[in-house]
Amino acid sequence: MSANKESWGSRMGLILAMAGNAVGLGNFLRFPVQAVQNGGGAFIIPYLVCFLVMGIPLLWIEWSMGRFGGKSGHHSTPFIVDTMGKSRLWKYIGVFGIWTNIAVASYYCYLESWTMSYVFHSVIGTFSGLDQEGVSNFFNEYVSLGISTLGIPYEPIFFFVLCLLLNTWILSQGLASGVERVAKIGMPLLILFGAFLAYKGFTITAGENGAINDSSVGLNFLWTPNFDQLWSPSVWLAAAGQIFFTLSVGMGTVQCYASYVRSKDDIALNAMSAGWMNEFVEVVLGGAILIPISIGYLGIDRVTELVQHGGLGLAFRTMPYLFYQWGDVLGAVAGVMWFGLLFFAGITSSLAMGTPWIGFLQDEFNWKRKPAAWSFGIFVLVLGMPTVLFFEYGVFDEYDYWAGTVSLVVFALFESILFAWIFGMNKGWREIISGSDIKVPGIYRFIIKFVTPLLLLWVFLGSLFTPKGGDWAAAFSGSWELDDSSIIKKIMNSGLKEQLAAATDAAQIEHLQDTMFFVNASRILLLLVWLGLALLVYMAYKKRVREGRI
Amino acid sequence: MNTSALIVMLSTIFLVTGMTLYFFGKVLTTPPRPEPDSYLDNDDEPDRQPAPKNR
Repeated sequence: MSANKESWGSRMGLILAMAGNAVGLGNFLRFPVQAVQNGGGAFIIPYLVCFLVMGIPLLWIEWSMGRFGGKSGHHSTPFIVDTMGKSRLWKYIGVFGIWTNIAVASYYCYLESWTMSYVFHSVIGTFSGLDQEGVSNFFNEYVSLGISTLGIPYEPIFFFVLCLLLNTWILSQGLASGVERVAKIGMPLLILFGAFLAYKGFTITAGENGAINDSSVGLNFLWTPNFDQLWSPSVWLAAAGQIFFTLSVGMGTVQCYASYVRSKDDIALNAMSAGWMNEFVEVVLGGAILIPISIGYLGIDRVTELVQHGGLGLAFRTMPYLFYQWGDVLGAVAGVMWFGLLFFAGITSSLAMGTPWIGFLQDEFNWKRKPAAWSFGIFVLVLGMPTVLFFEYGVFDEYDYWAGTVSLVVFALFESILFAWIFGMNKGWREIISGSDIKVPGIYRFIIKFVTPLLLLWVFLGSLFTPKGGDWAAAFSGSWELDDSSIIKKIMNSGLKEQLAAATDAAQIEHLQDTMFFVNASRILLLLVWLGLALLVYMAYKKRVREGRI
Repeated sequence: MNTSALIVMLSTIFLVTGMTLYFFGKVLTTPPRPEPDSYLDNDDEPDRQPAPKNR
């Protein structure tokens, strides 16, 4: 019998935990950058359409899969999907629902530890008096394990371990007393901090505190629609991709949380509440902070240049400097709020990543909650250390690409096919509407069966064969040259090889060769972890057969 | 702000905020199911206990 007898404390706690699972750093750092790069205000149209025809259906699919599996005492995806399909291979597809979480947690906790460290540095005034280059250099020194400003040896490792200990301890306290309690504190604080920063983002005046632009310049930059871009498949692909990351679908965490819901209780309304709350945080708060503030102080040209490197650089290299334009006290307060907000966004997600592994060990090997939680901490520490030690060699990005990007699409595609075509839409629909506190629109029966799987297939194929420069028109007219960002070119390390061929400086060549080695080593490591987890699933299956549970 | 940006921004903000509040309101106003349910905190509330079965 499973040692897993846990429950949620309250319905609101479950919704906040599920919203916390979805709300992550991407809501504040990825969404605005994606919007700016893909047509500004026009991006919101494909984004909302994808939310309606892919995001909401996937939320309902995953919530109902979780609750369905929970009826048979399964709290992780391998055996949840196993109960839905007749083939014995499904449980190995379900391995993605554990693997993704462990691999993502390994680099995500490191990222989360930066926010924790930056809260601390904001409090002690490290960034006060530094110019923009100084703040940027601080980040470079930090991630290269350079000089510790606090006198702590290997400061990033210290904060990484501290962050991991905190996560593990909270997970060891259980669902209601640990995960849910953090969500009940973290989510309201996140919204409060976000509202304060959004207010500041909306009220910047040119000429005051060193600002060169009014807020309206940044808001225009973000929201002015470029309708020409609306017909570009790249924009739709970017919008669909953003919906994935933001809702944390295709990971196995939603199924795990929902598996603790009884069959007579609602999931349809819960899923909508958590999903729309995530959208509120992303669109309303996320859209009002990073871009308007940075454009207010740096101007459009500089920010356009910075967003090419993603939101992470803006968040850690630029924002602390900009906050200090409001004075020392307000600068420190804003720093604490910004990095505190990112920390809460991060921890509510990383806690969710721990629960499938813990549920699996409890269900299949009768582990108690505490040792299962600590095993997660140790696993993530071992797998995460390469991202800390070899950050500059692309290990972090490699984990993010395979576990945090490709894997989500692959697993979501499989689960949508399983749910609609193998488990069957009749049974699937009954699962969605069973105990529902809202009337689920009948059109979603059609959307879940046809539109969502096709859209997911398109996202997957679009990522596999991305044409050069995202030029789909040229691709369809016959010259389909693959972009270096496509999965195929990524596997072949084409981008790195091109850089290596073009490099002339000996130090740069050595760095690129090392990068190539660490990139390949990361892939092998991730593959070994997947195979190890698949072996555990096989052992669990054999154990079930021995015990007569199958 | 220019008009088109303002229209897109405000309509998006109102839509997203409105939907969030609507669904949260719905959760808060929906009466809970009788025990046993999925949640621990309300387990001991006397008026939510299942009705005794008739003999």
